[in-house]
Amino acid sequence: MGSTKTMNMIEAINSALDIMLERDPDVVLMGEDIGYFGGVFRATAGLQAKHGKTRVFDTPISECGIIGAGVGMAAYGLRPVPEIQFADYIYPGLDQLVSEAARLRYRSAGDFICPMTVRSPFGGGIFGGQTHSQSPESLFTHVCGIKTVVPSNPHDAKGLLIAAIEDNDPVIFFEPKRIYNGPFSGYYDRPVEPWSKHAASDVPEGYYRIELGKAGIVREGEALTILTYGTMVHVVQTVVAELRVDAEIVDLRTLLPLDVDTIEESAKKTGRCLVVHEATRTSGFGAELAALVQERCFYHLEAPVERVTGFDTPYPHSLEWAYFPGPVRIAGAIEKIMKD
Amino acid sequence: MTSKKSNLAPLRLHIPEPKFRPGDEADFSDISIPAIDAIARPDEASVPADIHSLAFGLVRVLDNDHQAKGSWNPNLDAGQLRLMLRNMMLTRAFDDRMFRAQRQGKTSFYMKSTGEEATSVATAMALASDDMCFPSYRQQGILLTRGYPIVRMMNQIYSNSQDHLKGRQLPIMYSAPEHSFFTISGNLATQYPQAVGWAMASASRGDTRISAVWCGEGSTAEGDFHSAMTFAAVYNAPVILQVVNNQWAISSFSGIAGGERTTFAARGLGYGIASLRVDGNDPLAVYAAMRWAADRARTNNGPTFIEYFTYRAEGHSTSDDPGAYRAAKEFEKWPLGDPVDRLKKHLILLGEWSEEQHQAQHEELADLVKKTQKEAEANGILGHGMHQPFETMFEDVFEEMPWHLKEQCDQMVAEQYRKFGPEWEPK
Ligand SMILES: Cc1ncc(C[n+]2csc(CCOP(=O)(O)OP(=O)(O)O)c2C)c(N)n1
Ligand SMILES: [Mg+2]
Repeated sequence: MGSTKTMNMIEAINSALDIMLERDPDVVLMGEDIGYFGGVFRATAGLQAKHGKTRVFDTPISECGIIGAGVGMAAYGLRPVPEIQFADYIYPGLDQLVSEAARLRYRSAGDFICPMTVRSPFGGGIFGGQTHSQSPESLFTHVCGIKTVVPSNPHDAKGLLIAAIEDNDPVIFFEPKRIYNGPFSGYYDRPVEPWSKHAASDVPEGYYRIELGKAGIVREGEALTILTYGTMVHVVQTVVAELRVDAEIVDLRTLLPLDVDTIEESAKKTGRCLVVHEATRTSGFGAELAALVQERCFYHLEAPVERVTGFDTPYPHSLEWAYFPGPVRIAGAIEKIMKD
Repeated sequence: MTSKKSNLAPLRLHIPEPKFRPGDEADFSDISIPAIDAIARPDEASVPADIHSLAFGLVRVLDNDHQAKGSWNPNLDAGQLRLMLRNMMLTRAFDDRMFRAQRQGKTSFYMKSTGEEATSVATAMALASDDMCFPSYRQQGILLTRGYPIVRMMNQIYSNSQDHLKGRQLPIMYSAPEHSFFTISGNLATQYPQAVGWAMASASRGDTRISAVWCGEGSTAEGDFHSAMTFAAVYNAPVILQVVNNQWAISSFSGIAGGERTTFAARGLGYGIASLRVDGNDPLAVYAAMRWAADRARTNNGPTFIEYFTYRAEGHSTSDDPGAYRAAKEFEKWPLGDPVDRLKKHLILLGEWSEEQHQAQHEELADLVKKTQKEAEANGILGHGMHQPFETMFEDVFEEMPWHLKEQCDQMVAEQYRKFGPEWEPK
């Protein structure tokens, strides 16, 4: 591990990719605009110059081609790490992900595997409108055979990405783009705080892993459990501090496989549970979490499990902040749970 | 793990690279520009197999001496030429103003079409006004040519209280059914099969309207593009499938879309679709090609595929910095010049225009756009309160609002009171 450095999310992701390109000659990066230019969010900046054009390269604008070619490269024995420029543009590649990558191991009884990590910026809060803001994670957790990871800070992003790349199953790695440059309090009218003021920006320069399937406890507490991930981890922290409520905040980090032990232990301890995600509500990942908590902790619960989510509409452009599950929505839910 | 047979040379992976990068001096002298009428204009009813060579040539009308020449010359009268020039200049004036508005923080995003104006203005002029257009995000020239109110475009860009798309869409994602202009999607190439389907429907109903679709050269890699080509060919659909090859797809040069091996126009040949490659910076050639294709489609001779060879003079969008990946001054060196400048010189040569008139029109259009901008800004700019009523967020998900959206709408309204206090009024 050695020395550490202050990194924002992009720098931490870049560092993970750099290290894996260095350590493992089978790792290749591909995607739209990721080569010479270094990606529209600069996540691969400098990597083509350092590792060569055949290891970090631009692709045609075909998400189906990107993911399908990734499956083929993996079949050869490489460890492809494709980037899909925005999660909103992953749909043309869905058949290759859902019907192919996710099922290769199962249908061939292990003859073929797909150690591919698909990275993609996701989530809103950047006035991106409906095609640069979506959070489609529950589509992937619903598919049997894809691991789904969502980091919430630079330190986790690097460790999780390294673990994802080393994993022998396909992983979808969603990067909350709203927090690339700094954590988000949920107050869009306040200046953005840079990552450098946040402890999790202190990132080891070398190799380290954060195991997939392990949640992190961001804040210990006794009054209620809040299950969340990505951008919302920070918004929840703001609200919990404002309300001075003794919440236990669990940053899931990996949605699938899920750290159900941490969830169960926390929910049984506090007896109250709130789920917060930015994605739309109906059939969202929050429904899965609520069902699990209910199944496993029912007799410990003192209030119904609540969900705070984005609304069930496409992500609007100008009314973004009325749509976003911000402090007011979260505070309302916490107050309700605590009253029950 | 690799298998290396000693008598065989190792395989190599080819990664296309553009000729010039930042710091290089761009030099396009290797681009060959065929003479006017190197391939003469064939009959509109020609069988695709007989006109393959058009996919490798370049339809041209305006010569280097600014004269209109050859069999493709559409012989437009001076009035039409001046209108074409005006529409292109209006598009450019509009782009300049709205780009600046984004830079001033009045909206979130903008995309210019500078240098490519002919590919939407001249094409729209060659179509009937009720032919259905399925544009990408860079065909604002169609709306301006068809007389769509400029203030409505600006209202959309500002997502303001008068935006008829209710502030839902990213700026420039217009929708104008009354101008036969389909709602723009942010997802590339999705409009391609849709345009084919529209044309199939028109044909199946014995209608007389045709459809036209545009995408960038980068977008031709998407599966939707190829599905559309297959459908267009199979059903002999009355559709004009166009590719604006402006050499760049954000930071990726046309070689990343397959442009190193053959022309984009040549993609049509494998599908058995008549295919033209056209000087996209020559408004008369663009007009002539579209006219030819439209006549074909309207007489049941089927689809046409057109590549406009042009150049993206500006950045991809306001979010882009082209200086980071391409050589400076490429556009200045572009061998096919600038469409506005070329048509202007042609008109001057004809004695139908002058530098003074041009300058006066430039100022008139700048004033018009500026005046309209003030009008639009009176309806609000992004993020300054004059937006659509909050409840509109839940409308149009479905024709009728289901219970869960009604509940969420009530919740949203309650949240606004909590946020802004009891004085808050749902507009
Ligand atoms: C399905 C999909 N993938 C990726 C993107 C992101 N994207 C937006 S524009 C663009 C480049 C398109 O280039 P081109 O087709 O050449 O059109 P141009 O911008 O040059 O007009 C990309 C990759 C998208 N909008 N949709
Ligand atoms: Mg292009």
